[in-house]
Amino acid sequence: MTVALSGKEIAARLAKQFPGSIIEATGNTILVKADSLPEVAAFLKNAPDLSFDYLVSLTAVDYWDYFEVVYRLTSIPRNHSLVLKVRCQGRANLHLPSVTGLWRGADFQEREVYDLFGIAFDGHPNMKRIFMWEGFQGHPLRRDYL
Amino acid sequence: MEVTEKSGFYVYSDVELDKNEGIQIEALKTASQNSIPDPDRWLDEETQRNILLTSLDAILNWARRSSLWPVVCFPACCAFELIATAASRFDISRFGMEVIRASPRQADVMITAGTLTWKMAPNVRRIYEQMAEPKWVIAMGACAISGGTFAQSYSVVPGYNRIIPVDVYIPGCPPRPEALLHGIRMLHNKIAKQSIKQEAGK
Amino acid sequence: MVLKAEPFVVNLGPVHPSTHGVFRLRATLDGEVVVNIEPVIGYLHRGIEKLAEGRTYTQNIPFTDRLDYLASMSNNLAYCLAVEKLAGITVPERGDYLRVIMAELQRLASHLIAVGAFLNDCGAFMTPILYMLREREKILDHFEMVSGQRLTYAYMRIGGVSQDIPEEFLPALGKFVAGMPGYIDEYDGLIKENEIFLARTKGVGILPKDLAINISASGPVLRASGVKWDIRKADPYSVYDRFEFDIPTGTAGDCYDRYRVRVEEMRQSVRILQQAMAQIPKGKVRTEIPLTFRPPVGEAYGHVEAPKGELGFYLVSDGSIAPYRFHCRAPSLINLTALRDMMIGWKVADAIIIFGSIDICMGEVDR
Ligand code: SF4
Repeated sequence: MTVALSGKEIAARLAKQFPGSIIEATGNTILVKADSLPEVAAFLKNAPDLSFDYLVSLTAVDYWDYFEVVYRLTSIPRNHSLVLKVRCQGRANLHLPSVTGLWRGADFQEREVYDLFGIAFDGHPNMKRIFMWEGFQGHPLRRDYL
Repeated sequence: MEVTEKSGFYVYSDVELDKNEGIQIEALKTASQNSIPDPDRWLDEETQRNILLTSLDAILNWARRSSLWPVVCFPACCAFELIATAASRFDISRFGMEVIRASPRQADVMITAGTLTWKMAPNVRRIYEQMAEPKWVIAMGACAISGGTFAQSYSVVPGYNRIIPVDVYIPGCPPRPEALLHGIRMLHNKIAKQSIKQEAGK
Repeated sequence: MVLKAEPFVVNLGPVHPSTHGVFRLRATLDGEVVVNIEPVIGYLHRGIEKLAEGRTYTQNIPFTDRLDYLASMSNNLAYCLAVEKLAGITVPERGDYLRVIMAELQRLASHLIAVGAFLNDCGAFMTPILYMLREREKILDHFEMVSGQRLTYAYMRIGGVSQDIPEEFLPALGKFVAGMPGYIDEYDGLIKENEIFLARTKGVGILPKDLAINISASGPVLRASGVKWDIRKADPYSVYDRFEFDIPTGTAGDCYDRYRVRVEEMRQSVRILQQAMAQIPKGKVRTEIPLTFRPPVGEAYGHVEAPKGELGFYLVSDGSIAPYRFHCRAPSLINLTALRDMMIGWKVADAIIIFGSIDICMGEVDR
């Protein structure tokens, strides 16, 4: 059985390591500040007792005021999981740091989020539309796209 | 007709009818003293042995409908019902259609098995245009007819008939192989009614 | 003297017999050798995730059928598990068993196509796939018996399955399960030691273990690289913890291993089916849910080991009758991430084999 790690415990550790990086922690989830995403993600991947080496999925949700990008992490050797969330305020010109350097599995999924939500990931090697054609107007999965 | 009783038997006899039959037989016999001349006798001997005469439309339509080669156009789920139709249980080769061509130049019919998106539309259009005349299109499945379940989607073309002319529509999501075979038979009937005169005038 | 050729770009697809659907590969070749590739996808992007936000939870089940249309039952299962997690619904035991039976039958059907199409790409044109379609038809007969459909079943419902199986189902399944190992042996005996097949697949398209994990590969692609990771064991769902089965893994991570893992998985599926048939209890098959079903506000992620890998549904509910967000974690799309690494340096003919060995379904890649 995959153990869902407690977000609070990990958040406490992370807060010690990177002060001010955590916004809140509930259940299996921690909400991280966008600027500290690369350090936090690298820590989660490399800490020997966490070793989140497998990025299960990456997606986004549109909550009107902000977009939430959801990273679902699993550790294959330790068989536990954690959900990492990052918020992106506003609706235009959105940017987040890319995690492709840590998990290459994010490659197509970040492009998908860029295509359908319009959040650009800085540091992604090939940030362009993946499903829609070049020149398509708008980002279809936003709530205001009808 | 009169019925007479002769020593316990009823004998049915109609001399009139017998006479009429006799006259017909005699007439045919007198009329058929010489053999009927061969209608092809104006052809020389060599040609007679090698040529069958029929109406041009009938032979062309027969040839066209007996070996309709489909072109590869398998965008989505319906393709697997098409493949199942081509496989041994339903055996599309009964209709001379088992040669599914990858090249549109060698194909006669496009079975559009699946959802068409706007991104894919130019490619399908180009394949259709590259097919040699005469060509036909079978729209297979709800998606091909009208967009089906995805009709309201931002990226789906609501029906292949937006970009290419369609001859036969087969409903279903996906249509069963039997339905596809029925559609193919309908296309056969449609081809049987065509005439090259119409084609020339079109 | 060394002849230098100018690299040139070859476009494979989107309509190409070897690309299994509308996949497009922009390959840069130097002579016959692939020096760079770029997968171009989106030719079947139907916007299911957007459409699903406008339908009720039950109405979305048919959409899941059309994601991976070669494994509709597995998709139904993953989606229903996610909704049940969201709303805290339990499934009657018989319903769970029926779900497992259908999911394993579906795995057999999907792997049959995967292996058949792969052999097609290897040059064994049409013959193997016709044999495998024969067995697939038998499986489809079973699905037709329970759901009335051949491809898009929508058999599973939130809280169970739509209806109980007919009386004839289990005897028919018993007959099929008894015959299947023989068929698998027959195919495998023809293929596995074939000299040409070995020469073309052994050592071709290697995906190393670290890379496989790093690109989030899953399913047979991950296991062929030697990672023993199967959601059915790692995070058991439904009643999978009651069955005994092994997880076949490869060692080299080449095309041959991916083929072997699929064949071995088919044998394991038969094992699971035998156990499930023996254990299936009597009783209800479905927990009734109200017609206007409103799960509480929250989010849930349900995942299953689909034939192609880890298939997950991430649902966000705002308490209304339709999901606020419906995301599908598609194994086919993510397995393609390492395509470039696997193909570069091989000849075009090998590139086709490598692509075939991944086994993708475009409905799921593009959604
Ligand atoms: S009609 Fe149905 S089965 Fe056919 S392509 Fe459309 S959704 Fe798929």
